Amino acid sequence: MDMDLRNLQGYASFFMSLFLVVMLYWYIIHLYRSEKKGERDYEKYGNIALDDEVTSTPVEDKPASEREYKEENK
Amino acid sequence: MQSNAALEYDYSLAKKFTFLTILFGFLAMLVGTLIAAQMAFPELNYLIGEYGTFSRLRPIHTNTAVFGFTVSGIFATWFYVGQRVLKVSMAESKFLMVIGNIQFWIYFVGALLATISLLFGISSSKEYAQYQWPFDLVVVVIWVLWGVGMMGLIGIRREKALYISVWYYLACFLGIAMLYLFNNMAIPTYFATEGLGSIFHSVSFYAGTNDALVQWWYGHNAVAFGFTVPIVGMIYYFLPKESGQAIYSYKLSLLSFWGLMFVYLWAGSHHLLWSTVPDWMQTMGSAFSIVLILPSWGSAINMLLTMKGEWNQLTDNPLIKFMVLASTFYMLSTIEGPIQAIRSVNAIAHFTDWIPGHVHDGVLGWVVFMIMAAIFHMAPRMFKREIYSKKLMEAQFWLQTIAVVLYFTSMWIAGITQGMMWRAVDEYGNLMYSFIDTVTVLHPYYTIRTLSGVMYLLGFMMFAYNIYKTMTSGRQLTEEPQFRTPMA
Ligand code: HEM
Repeated sequence: MDMDLRNLQGYASFFMSLFLVVMLYWYIIHLYRSEKKGERDYEKYGNIALDDEVTSTPVEDKPASEREYKEENK
Repeated sequence: MQSNAALEYDYSLAKKFTFLTILFGFLAMLVGTLIAAQMAFPELNYLIGEYGTFSRLRPIHTNTAVFGFTVSGIFATWFYVGQRVLKVSMAESKFLMVIGNIQFWIYFVGALLATISLLFGISSSKEYAQYQWPFDLVVVVIWVLWGVGMMGLIGIRREKALYISVWYYLACFLGIAMLYLFNNMAIPTYFATEGLGSIFHSVSFYAGTNDALVQWWYGHNAVAFGFTVPIVGMIYYFLPKESGQAIYSYKLSLLSFWGLMFVYLWAGSHHLLWSTVPDWMQTMGSAFSIVLILPSWGSAINMLLTMKGEWNQLTDNPLIKFMVLASTFYMLSTIEGPIQAIRSVNAIAHFTDWIPGHVHDGVLGWVVFMIMAAIFHMAPRMFKREIYSKKLMEAQFWLQTIAVVLYFTSMWIAGITQGMMWRAVDEYGNLMYSFIDTVTVLHPYYTIRTLSGVMYLLGFMMFAYNIYKTMTSGRQLTEEPQFRTPMA
């Protein structure tokens, strides 16, 4: 089989897709794992839309050690 | 940071773009209904000479719908949602206000002139990219101004985390910037021919198959980054806010976002199945189109589940109805598209009326419904008045819902009939029908589509009237409603 440019493009596209698929699955794992470890709480960001007065307190991300929202949300 | 008690969000730009959304929406749908009528009754092509022909009006319909109506809606909602989720007012930066207003005026005048240019037949003849190069340059200026404004607002925000809607608006900005620039690269024939050609006529940088590939990489992603990404951004803000329920799963919204970004860009070649582009590209287009169901339904299901436990709102708040119907139509068109991208299905569907059928269950059911819902939600906040009439809104909802159903069902039947007739052969392998046979058979369906256009347009006028009355004579509100939009 001759390896002309068309073929190379095809293989490049295939492996790039494969790479991106792996990245995407890794991202799912990353999202759930960092929540489980208590590093982050993604769900609290949903409140940004609900509590959105210009005077509201921002829902910002603090380091895990300083966080109180876990208790609050329960 | 909360020292300034009088600080309020500045909605002046959101209001201005809201007016344009309504203006261009009306124009786009008026012309859409007219061209639909022309397909049923061809005599209507000859009302005002060359300016009234289908070929002149169709690009006006599509470009006004995309770059007039939808883009105004994106700007209007950005200048509202952006401030709110970043918790910073436009009024806090004179610079951003000036940039925003310049963006508005260049956009308004530019869009009007561009529409007129199409009426005069000044066109580059590439679908959704018909504007000739001087207008492309204006588009670039507008987009850069929007980008500067957007980054500026993000730069002075109080809320550290960027809400998911902001991600979507950013993706819309970046995606369209990239696509528009690449696809519209062209040289005016005047410069290429030592003065023989014209300033207002240009040829693309690309030729043949390459041109087709770039064109549909652009064309399909114009749908992605114009009709999908920003509209998802809107619903992720307006549905939670209107219903008082946070997004069902924020993690799913993040995942769907990256899924959509990753998959969408590769699906464009499904527009070129059975053509002369390399085989693997066609296969890739089909495959990625099918994978695209996952992130699309991920977002849609996330929206529907946001209403979990609160489905009673569906019956008593028409705004929730608009948005739930919008996400349902989003699901319909994102399952229909992948089906059409399967090669064997595409062999029947391509070039038939099934394609505009698919386009319009997406745009009428999803894009327009969501933008109208957003405006209904913003109006009482922007004008400090209650929505003028809930009854009118309900009536509009049903009228337009029936119109959408009439549009896509008639085009499904028309398209599949057409596809089957074109390929039907007799026992000797001769084609059984000539083209005119299909035209005759399709006449009733074109008539139904025209009727659906009239109904949808009427519904849009009811919407415009309701907003106008809200502005001028809705009951005044003393404070901004928190969640549910007040209506009389
Ligand atoms: C009253 C409502 C509308 C009617 C009656 C209508 C009618 C039509 C007609 C007759 C066509 C040409 C189909 C053909 O060439 O066979 C068309 C194409 C198109 N319309 Fe609409 N339209 C409406 C609203 C909209 C809106 C609101 C949008 C976008 C926001 C839109 C986007 C498009 C696009 C993208 C195409 C090109 C489809 C393709 O190339 O396959 N339309 N429309």
